[in-house]
Amino acid sequence: MNDGPILQVEDLHLKRGDKEVLRGVTMDIQAGQVYGLLGRNGSGKSSLAYALMGCAGYAPSAGRILFEGQEVTELSITERARLGMTLAWQDPARFEGLKVKDYLGLGMREPAPALMEEALEAVDLAPCDYMTRPVDDALSGGERKRIELAAIYAMRPRLVMLDEPDSGIDVLSLEEVARLIRRLAEQGTAVLLITHRDEMVPVADVAALMCEGEIVQVGEPQEMREYYAERCRPCEVANLVEPVGGVYERL
Amino acid sequence: MSDFEAIVQSYERSGGNAHFLRSPKVASLVVSGNEVLGSNEIAGVHLTSEQLPDGVRAKVVVEPGVRIDTPVHLCFGVLPKEGVQRIVSEFAIGDGARAEFLAHCTFPNAVRVVHLMEATIHVGRDASMAYRETHYHGEEGGVEVIPKAQVTVDEGGKFATEFALTHGRVGKLAFDYVVDVAAGGVAELVTKAYGSGDDAISIKETIRLNGEGARGLARARIAVRDQATSEVYGTTEGNAAFARGHIDCVEIVRDDAIANAVPVVKVTNPQAYVTHEAAIGTVDKKELETLMARGLDEERAVDVIVRGMLEG
Repeated sequence: MNDGPILQVEDLHLKRGDKEVLRGVTMDIQAGQVYGLLGRNGSGKSSLAYALMGCAGYAPSAGRILFEGQEVTELSITERARLGMTLAWQDPARFEGLKVKDYLGLGMREPAPALMEEALEAVDLAPCDYMTRPVDDALSGGERKRIELAAIYAMRPRLVMLDEPDSGIDVLSLEEVARLIRRLAEQGTAVLLITHRDEMVPVADVAALMCEGEIVQVGEPQEMREYYAERCRPCEVANLVEPVGGVYERL
Repeated sequence: MSDFEAIVQSYERSGGNAHFLRSPKVASLVVSGNEVLGSNEIAGVHLTSEQLPDGVRAKVVVEPGVRIDTPVHLCFGVLPKEGVQRIVSEFAIGDGARAEFLAHCTFPNAVRVVHLMEATIHVGRDASMAYRETHYHGEEGGVEVIPKAQVTVDEGGKFATEFALTHGRVGKLAFDYVVDVAAGGVAELVTKAYGSGDDAISIKETIRLNGEGARGLARARIAVRDQATSEVYGTTEGNAAFARGHIDCVEIVRDDAIANAVPVVKVTNPQAYVTHEAAIGTVDKKELETLMARGLDEERAVDVIVRGMLEG
């Protein structure tokens, strides 16, 4: 049994075309911890999640990823998932003809109807209304997002990367998303919470700021939230109007 | 085992429920080769059949105003490894009638079987006909199936058909339906097929929206792998005011398979409106990676996506 961090990222670099989108990311996430990763659009948050999950086109050019002490940098998505890692995309995929109950069951060790119902209720969807509906365009973006979160809940992973779970869901529901994240953590799931909305940060145990492919600050969630809200600018704006003399200027 | 029992057993393997073929309360027709093994009429539904040297001629008449609660069950099959079966059929759905048909065509042992379906369908004024046809061609790929239909939908009538060949091999499929739709009528054609090996799939669907407010939808969902090929030709004509038509074709291609789609939209009335969309390619990357992130290996993930598209 590994007693260290559930996820260790060491000096991770990623190039997309000519651009280096991750520039030496180093981070640790503990088991059951909610790790909030804050950053503006284009700062590299989603690329980091795709690289951690092993998505095609996101193989790191340097660095290591360790999950429960085991290096997974070269493993496939499936292999990582079977170890207990998973990812919820910002804009969940649509699956023509695939029913919600079947979709939920795919990630479960033993598809149990009671757990599927619990998962849908956890995201405020009535099971009787959704179980037999397909996960396709007939669902709204918000509904698909909730079903994606329900699938994660039902899967019970050891680590989930939630890419902007708050996008596409109305403001009133942010509280529900936060509650769900806490429930996941209470069940022992570590959460990498990727967001650009500082309102989401209080749900985290620890928070980090990402800027131009680097994690530039890690600290208490409230401290990071205030810093982000007061000082962070979109990367392209920062590059245009502020002197690039160091991290704080860029932020 | 009698021929009837043998074909019924095969019917069940292809997804049919044999109870309906034996029930006196359900209209049904069972044909093996060129023999009619069973035929059952119910009130308001008349079935007549005649043996041909290479098949069967059948006529189905639903009287005007009759509404059938349980679908008419049709079973066509060829049990030997080789043979030709030609089904010449005529369907007449009377004005205001409503009927649903479930047809299963099964060729479980086929090594070299040709199945030809030549159908003439008339859907009366304000009548409704749904025809769902499921095929099973065995695992050898030795079947050639040529379903052709000329369909006429009168004012306010509705014709919906779904053709599915998604389990086992396809062999060669040449599907060709032409539908003429009068004012206020509706036609909906759905075809689904999954080709592998050297299967060859050809789908031709023509919908002519000839009357004011007529509507039509042609939807094709095809998956091909190995060296299989598919061609989908969808034509929709808007020939009257307020006619609305849409062609929707999705083909998933894997391995060395080849797929093409040729949607043709033709409008001869400026108040008609016809649209089309066609997507051909491999499995969507995000769909694939989402399922892999749930622990499925790539092969299984692709299968889940393809099956969802074909069976949903």
